[in-house]
Amino acid sequence: MTHLSTDNGPTVGSAADEKLAPVASSADRPRAGWRAMLPTMTPWLALGLFLVISIALFGTIGPYLVGDPGQIRDIGLTAPSGEFVLGTTQTGQDVFAQLAHATRGSLQIGLLVGLIATALSCFFGIYGAYRGGLTDEAFSLLSNVMLVIPGLPLVIVISGFVPREARGLWTIAVVLAITSWAGSARVLRAQTLSVRSRDYVAAARVAGERSWRVIVVEILPNLLPVIASQFVFAVIAAILGEAGLAFIGLGASNASTLGTMLFFAQNGFALGMGAWWWFAPPGLLIALFGMGLSLINFSIDEIINPKLKNVRAHRKRARKAIRLEREVRRADRRTAGRSEAGAQEVASR
Amino acid sequence: MTRVHVTDLVKDYTIREGLRRSRLRAVDHVSLDLTPGRTVALVGESGSGKSTIAKILTRMESPTSGTVDVRLDDGTPVQGSLYRRQVQMVFQDPYASLNPFHTIEHHVARPLRIHQRTTGAAQTHQRVLEMLERVNLSPAEQIAARRPHELSGGQRQRVAIARALAPGAQVLIADEPVSMLDVSIRLGVLNLLGRLQREDRLAVLYITHDLATARHFSDEIVVLFRGRVVERGPADAVILDPQHDYTKLLAMAAPDPERGPARVAAGAVIDRAAIDNSVCYDHFAGEWQQVGSPARSAATARSAATARRTA
Repeated sequence: MTHLSTDNGPTVGSAADEKLAPVASSADRPRAGWRAMLPTMTPWLALGLFLVISIALFGTIGPYLVGDPGQIRDIGLTAPSGEFVLGTTQTGQDVFAQLAHATRGSLQIGLLVGLIATALSCFFGIYGAYRGGLTDEAFSLLSNVMLVIPGLPLVIVISGFVPREARGLWTIAVVLAITSWAGSARVLRAQTLSVRSRDYVAAARVAGERSWRVIVVEILPNLLPVIASQFVFAVIAAILGEAGLAFIGLGASNASTLGTMLFFAQNGFALGMGAWWWFAPPGLLIALFGMGLSLINFSIDEIINPKLKNVRAHRKRARKAIRLEREVRRADRRTAGRSEAGAQEVASR
Repeated sequence: MTRVHVTDLVKDYTIREGLRRSRLRAVDHVSLDLTPGRTVALVGESGSGKSTIAKILTRMESPTSGTVDVRLDDGTPVQGSLYRRQVQMVFQDPYASLNPFHTIEHHVARPLRIHQRTTGAAQTHQRVLEMLERVNLSPAEQIAARRPHELSGGQRQRVAIARALAPGAQVLIADEPVSMLDVSIRLGVLNLLGRLQREDRLAVLYITHDLATARHFSDEIVVLFRGRVVERGPADAVILDPQHDYTKLLAMAAPDPERGPARVAAGAVIDRAAIDNSVCYDHFAGEWQQVGSPARSAATARSAATARRTA
């Protein structure tokens, strides 16, 4: 570096020495921004999306297409038939109609809890870590305390404490949300601590950005995949948690969910009487919905997890390399054969 | 035009190891002046306090003691949001200083919008393109729509320079702006900085550990060692006639094919651990000076200085 030219003139040539890299074909181009946030479409992701979307459609549109789930008929417990697709309960209620309404109830709880828990974890995780100092210590302590409180017993205690008539959908959702945000908040805190020390955050502050803008515009987008994954996980946990609560009779009193369906099936001795159409559909629906969300979550995980991040791209590149190598070898063999033939020709002359 | 007077800047960091607390003095009584149209190079090794000074000047850290006085030509002190408009920084690592999530346009447009340099989307877009053209990024329209990972290191650093100048900055702090770039691109970026400085009459603080680029690019060199200034003077004087042991060591560390092994041998003579940072040679005054509150008494420092001069 001692032989720098001292030419201080305006640099016309400097732009030329680093011409724009030719825009790579769209397939090879690394993705960024919104596109980098979206997972690659794989069969597993497709299956997950299919399950979640169809169950969600069933939960939203279904209740309008079926009859009154509460209507009591004097036919009693009947197996699935042409009239009642999934049979009837002990009191002659249409199981299929109940299933549609229960799915809607469970989805509502899941969505509500997912939103509240994500909002809480974002606030305590990101804001605390960004502010640092005493705020961070306090928020961190709070989430650690929430983390070590055993969730299910607390939920049972709170739900048992709230009088039955006040125990609505919202109460259950809030109870489930405040017991489930802490883990995510810790993860978000760690991520924020890493992102906030990056130069681009410092640059935004030097440029004069306000704190909330730095958090929302500069930091938050880089955490979106993590937040999405946590949201999906919170929804699964909430639906399962609510089903558990409802099953032991502590669910929402004003809403029917898949959990309350299982509760009534259990109370009506469905298992003992072999009435599989009564308890199997809600159980299966919970399992399938959980599976669908998990499959989506695995795909999101491929974006967040640095270990999985490039696996697919590497595999693709490796396959391409093998294919190329094979072609080159084939071409070599062909030219070798041709030159051999040429040599024989020369020799024969 | 904006002037910066830094006087007796001190920055202490407390280090906590379990229950023990210790104090690390990162910057120790550093004074320097930045004047329009002149570049001051701050030279020193890693951990010598260069970046801490940059952080204090950009108000990312507050000094433990000492003052940073920034004034406009008419004498009004620069404060508040005006400070952010006047004093801007180019970061060391262009791969980290641009948000991978946002387009180039966002990076240049935000400072314009924050400091109300433009109104409305159309005017902002126009200004962004002008800024990109100014830093030799063309076609600007295409570059503006791209994201950082689609640009080379040199191009990113140009974007960072455009962003720093966007608010209309008069004081530019360049924290090792070329150290992460390929050698072939460095000169281009430095020359760009030089041209912008001459056009806008910027006051530039060029932080580096590379004496060669410091001489090429700056008017004055301030050598920093363990938080203290150990030598200061006109660029050529400091490089060609280094007085302090540490500066000599730095000068020798730069490889020179003509002298080669002889220099390395000379470098071995100076013991790094024995380098004294309580005295400073000022080429402007042509004399040794006492720096900061010395660990040793003033008398011994003076005798050390005279010993060095006679040697």
